[in-house]
Amino acid sequence: MAAHAEEHFAGSNKLFISIWGWLVALTLVEIFLAYKTMPIHIMLTILLGLSIIKAALIVAYFMHLKFERLSLILTLVPMLVICICLLMVFFPDSFRSSGLRYQFKESPPVAPAPAEEP
Amino acid sequence: MSTEARAGHFPAVDWSGGTLPYRVGHRKLGMWLFIVSDSLTFSALLMGYAYLRASNNWPTPFPFYPSIVFSSVMTFCLLSSSLTMVFGVSASSRGDKAGARKWILATIFFGVSFIVLHLIEWNHLIGEGMRPFFLPEHWVKVFTLADGTPPTPLFGATFFTITGLHMFHVATGAIYLFVVAMRVNKLKHEDVEISGLYWHFVDLVWMFVFPLIYIMSVDMHGALGH
Repeated sequence: MAAHAEEHFAGSNKLFISIWGWLVALTLVEIFLAYKTMPIHIMLTILLGLSIIKAALIVAYFMHLKFERLSLILTLVPMLVICICLLMVFFPDSFRSSGLRYQFKESPPVAPAPAEEP
Repeated sequence: MSTEARAGHFPAVDWSGGTLPYRVGHRKLGMWLFIVSDSLTFSALLMGYAYLRASNNWPTPFPFYPSIVFSSVMTFCLLSSSLTMVFGVSASSRGDKAGARKWILATIFFGVSFIVLHLIEWNHLIGEGMRPFFLPEHWVKVFTLADGTPPTPLFGATFFTITGLHMFHVATGAIYLFVVAMRVNKLKHEDVEISGLYWHFVDLVWMFVFPLIYIMSVDMHGALGH
C-alpha cells in the first residue's frame, strides 16, 4: 500500500460547503413549517421527506457512500430501508389501541370533583 | 487491466481471497455494519415513540424559546461539526496530519457545544417539572381534551430516552474523535475516515430526532402562555 501515500478522497471543499448550505437551508424550512397550521399527517410527511433528503445528502457526500463501490451501497442500504419499513407493522395496533382507551364520561379522576352535567 | 477499472462488475476474482471485494478495509466495513445496526436501534425507538404518540393524547408543549431556539442552534452545531469533520478527513487524505488534527478538534468543539446546549435545554424542562413518567401539572391542565382524556405522561419517557441516547452517542463520539486527534500521526488515513463515518452518523440521527421530537411538539398556539 506504500504506493498509495495519498489516499483518494473524492469531493472538493466547495462541494462540501454547498452540501452544508443545503442542510442548513432545509433545517430552516423545517423550523418555518413548525409554525404553519396544517393536518398532522401532512406535516409528518413533509418533515420526514425533508429528513430523508438531509440523511441522503449526509450519507452520500459526507459519509462518502456515493463514491464507494456499488456493491457496498447495495449491501448496506436496501436491507436497512426494508427493516425500517417492516417496523411499521405495529401501527395498525397503535391506532386500534387508541380506540380501546377508556373514554372518560366525566372528568378524569385526578381532577377535583366538577359540577354535575345537566 | 486491474479489477479496479471494472468496478461495478463482480469479477469472480474479487471473492476468491486476497483482495477487498468492497474496496474498503475490514475496519471500515465493520463501522458501516455497526452504523446500520445502530440506525435500527434509533429507528425502533422512533417507531416506539410514533406508536405511543398515535395511540395517546400527546402534549405539544415546546415553546419557541427556549426549546426551539436551543434545538435549532444545536442542529446548526451538529451540521457544522459534520462540515469540519469532512474537512479533517479531506486534510488527512492529502497527508496533512496537522490540518486533520485541527479540524477534528473543531469538530469536538461543536460536539461539546451541542451537549452543553442540550443539557441546558433538559434543565429547563426538568425545572418546569417534566419527568420520565410525569408531566408538569400545568401541562396536564392545558392539554386535557374536552372529553376529559389527560395527556400521556409517557411524553417525558420518550423524550428523555431518545434525546438521551443520542446525547450519549455525541459524547462517545467526542471521546473517540479526541483519541483519533491525539493519535492522528500514528493512524492510517482510513482510520480517520472511519471516525468521520461515526460522527456523520450521529449528525444523521439528529436530522430525524429534531423534526420528530421538537418540531412536531411545538406549542404553536401558545397554550402554555409562553
